[in-house]
Amino acid sequence: MCKSINLSKIRQLILSLLGIFFLITSSSTFSIAAGEGVSKVKEQDWTFSGVFGYYDRGALQRGFQVYKEVCSSCHSMKYVYYRNLSEPGGPGFSVDEAKAIAAEFTVVDGPDASGDMFERNAVPSDKFVSPYDNDAMARMSNGGALPPDLSLIAKARSTERGFPLWIIDLFTGYQEQGVDYVYALLNGYKDMPSDFPLQDGMNYNKYYPGNQIAMYNPLSSDLVEYADGTEATVENMSKDVATFLMWTAEPKLEARKKMGFKVIIFLSLLAGLLYFSKKKIWARLDH
Amino acid sequence: MSKISTYGKKYEPKSGVSRWFDERLPLPRLMHNSVNAFPTPRNLNYWYTFGGVLTFCLITQIITGVVLSMHYTANSELAFGSVEHIMRNVNYGWLIRYIHAVGASMFFLAVYVHIFRGLYYGSYKAPRELLWILGVVIYLLMTATAFMGYVLPWGQMSFWGATVITNLFSAIPVVGGTITEWLWGGFAVDNSTLNRFFSLHYLLPFMIFGVVILHIWSLHVTGNNNPTGISVKDEQDTIPFSPYYTVKDAFALVCFLILFAWFIFYNPNILGHSDNYIEANPLSTPAHIVPEWYLLPFYAILRAIPSKIGGVIFMFSAIAILFLLPWLDTSKIRSATFRPLYRQFYWIFLANCLVLGYLGSQNPEGGYLIASRICTAYYFIHFLVVFPLLGIIETPKPLPESITKSVLEKIKSKANEENKQEV
Amino acid sequence: MSDKETKETNRRDFIFLATGAVAAVGVASAAWPLIHQMNPDSTALALSTIEVDVSGMEVGQSITVKWRGKPVFIRRRTRDEIDLARSVSLDDLPDGLARNNNATNTATATDENRSIEGKEEWLVMLGVCTHLGCVPKGQSIGDARGDYGGWYCPCHGSHYDTAGRIRKGPAPTNLDIPPAIFLNDSVIKIG
Repeated sequence: MCKSINLSKIRQLILSLLGIFFLITSSSTFSIAAGEGVSKVKEQDWTFSGVFGYYDRGALQRGFQVYKEVCSSCHSMKYVYYRNLSEPGGPGFSVDEAKAIAAEFTVVDGPDASGDMFERNAVPSDKFVSPYDNDAMARMSNGGALPPDLSLIAKARSTERGFPLWIIDLFTGYQEQGVDYVYALLNGYKDMPSDFPLQDGMNYNKYYPGNQIAMYNPLSSDLVEYADGTEATVENMSKDVATFLMWTAEPKLEARKKMGFKVIIFLSLLAGLLYFSKKKIWARLDH
Repeated sequence: MSKISTYGKKYEPKSGVSRWFDERLPLPRLMHNSVNAFPTPRNLNYWYTFGGVLTFCLITQIITGVVLSMHYTANSELAFGSVEHIMRNVNYGWLIRYIHAVGASMFFLAVYVHIFRGLYYGSYKAPRELLWILGVVIYLLMTATAFMGYVLPWGQMSFWGATVITNLFSAIPVVGGTITEWLWGGFAVDNSTLNRFFSLHYLLPFMIFGVVILHIWSLHVTGNNNPTGISVKDEQDTIPFSPYYTVKDAFALVCFLILFAWFIFYNPNILGHSDNYIEANPLSTPAHIVPEWYLLPFYAILRAIPSKIGGVIFMFSAIAILFLLPWLDTSKIRSATFRPLYRQFYWIFLANCLVLGYLGSQNPEGGYLIASRICTAYYFIHFLVVFPLLGIIETPKPLPESITKSVLEKIKSKANEENKQEV
Repeated sequence: MSDKETKETNRRDFIFLATGAVAAVGVASAAWPLIHQMNPDSTALALSTIEVDVSGMEVGQSITVKWRGKPVFIRRRTRDEIDLARSVSLDDLPDGLARNNNATNTATATDENRSIEGKEEWLVMLGVCTHLGCVPKGQSIGDARGDYGGWYCPCHGSHYDTAGRIRKGPAPTNLDIPPAIFLNDSVIKIG
């Protein structure tokens, strides 16, 4: 009796709560000015999403190629090491391949015995070589805009989810806001309204907040030549590079998801056993 | 009360060693009396398992925190990189950091359930006023610890959260500026601020641990409240804590851990903010500054008041008022089960807190601002008007004679219903 | 009746035992990451190989390089030092084993087994006294080199000879020799 009253109360509460949320979120007068003109980022299909997510090795290797040949001329990646390229859960290069990739780059080391800095070929234990020595130089070379470090970009960007998606995300494990945004941004250099007040040195992008971005459109068809024969369309390249950036931001994703599955199965088993133990023990009470 | 203290089997040392120990330091006796034989009302439901969950959360946070500090560097130049080092290079570093970060959220989730359970069943009322007050002290320490912990990764949200919150103190007349500079150890949030926050973030959990011991001590003096809110009358009303509640708490804890694991392994960043993966930049503030979700209601209150000092006063009052609750509530009846009017207001208050939390995450403009003012007003009206008034005007439902009777009645009605269905 | 009771007890016991066992496995598995995090991390492991350019070293010169956080002594020995080391009988050595990571565990402590194979001038070894971990003297000109002309540990008075073998003092074993090979004429790879 008592319980049923409580239940109906809770139901009533939830309904009225939902009502309030919808009232607030659907009312157009409350919409945020910053959101105007910016297109909604669409969710993409990624192999690394969901409970059994994993990285597509081919996409990672192609994405690395795009990063190396295109992005890395302006964007640093200071938390990633060349050795990471051959580590489990990554692009799956062999140790020797990673060594060869590292050797293509030159790092400044030292001081040597005579106190001078010297240049040497990079080795796997070196971090990715940055295109500029410091931020000031990076700004200087890019018209005052600082190209952000890309190590964490796929986790450092997000998309406006809004109600009720943000609640649903809690239960679906949707963690790909950032990578969806990166993909959208790379494909967003189009459809500029004719009356758009574009400033000098800026570029129109559908998805960038404010629609004016300092980065010029970095990708065009056949900009790179894929070794595995994949067609180098803008869509393919941006998808590959976004996958690569997700990996650089979350290199332990595969290990995490695999372990998580085991842990949750284990905990469910333990919960079941404890449930029956609890029933047995409480059965001792003479009610 | 005397009946309770003599309840259960007395501790009897089982071996010579434990007898030797017991005569010199009666720790085994203490453990026996307070864990094994502690007389607990027989009708506690699953909402009462969150004390155990919270103990687990505190211990987990302390262990993972100590481990993280082995790899973390509290220096404004190195902090962000050292967190990335933990995530990328340290063995299982990603796991330990995600447990710690998600753990903070889980800790608050559990503490809110615990607090709202106390509000529903009137656990703050005599003779448990001090138990409640110690709980509020723990909650305050938790918010301070969580806030300082959030600063340590030295991301954009860390830095600007620290800037905004420390600037609250600048609202204090005359000495505000001096106090703020003292907090910072400089003229802005900087390396010295980060260092002291790290030191205090390491210290406070142990203070929480100390207050938790007082909290449990106080609980064991007054005994548990229970869903009927009526006091324990005789031995029949209670059962020993172990094994009945140890196994019930363990089951609830493991269910909680499944949720915990879901967030650690599949949703580790959803409760954080993406801007915190950008290294702190003292020259540029992110577009939307929001605190962690568990502080959003207070943030909404802060922004609802159109004056700097007023916002700060109302925000701190929102917590301070909890200290007075045992005396603001004039009702003689503890449990909302027998308080039909209070029960309505309880759900309104809960909804009000959730809406405040939502408003705290939105820009303080237009309708959101108006809504957060209404909700802030209700928050205080609930404590200052509703609680005192209800106790006077409300006619409570008849109370059961004893805990045992209420349990038996429930079983009987259940059996009747089942019989009916069978017929 | 009693049969049924024992059966019941058995089943009950089984559930409790299973619960306890599974919970114990859980606690043990949870402990492992907390222990393993203190092991060398991937940056430390990745740096465990270094390459040293020794093309500029004269005969009779020593350098000290850092490998895995420890000093490594590299010495290009003189003819006299080599002859002195080779004149010692194995029976006079407190530690008869080579302690060379490039050789087998049972290799004897002859000078040939201590120096780099085929390059008898070169001695590469950890500059860590096998007694309690101090760095022995003998790398710099003017250092005390002990009674046997090699290295001398000032902490507790251990004397090492020109092949880095313990001759006198409390150290129990010869100085350890890390994995080291010449990649070409001028570069030694350690690790």
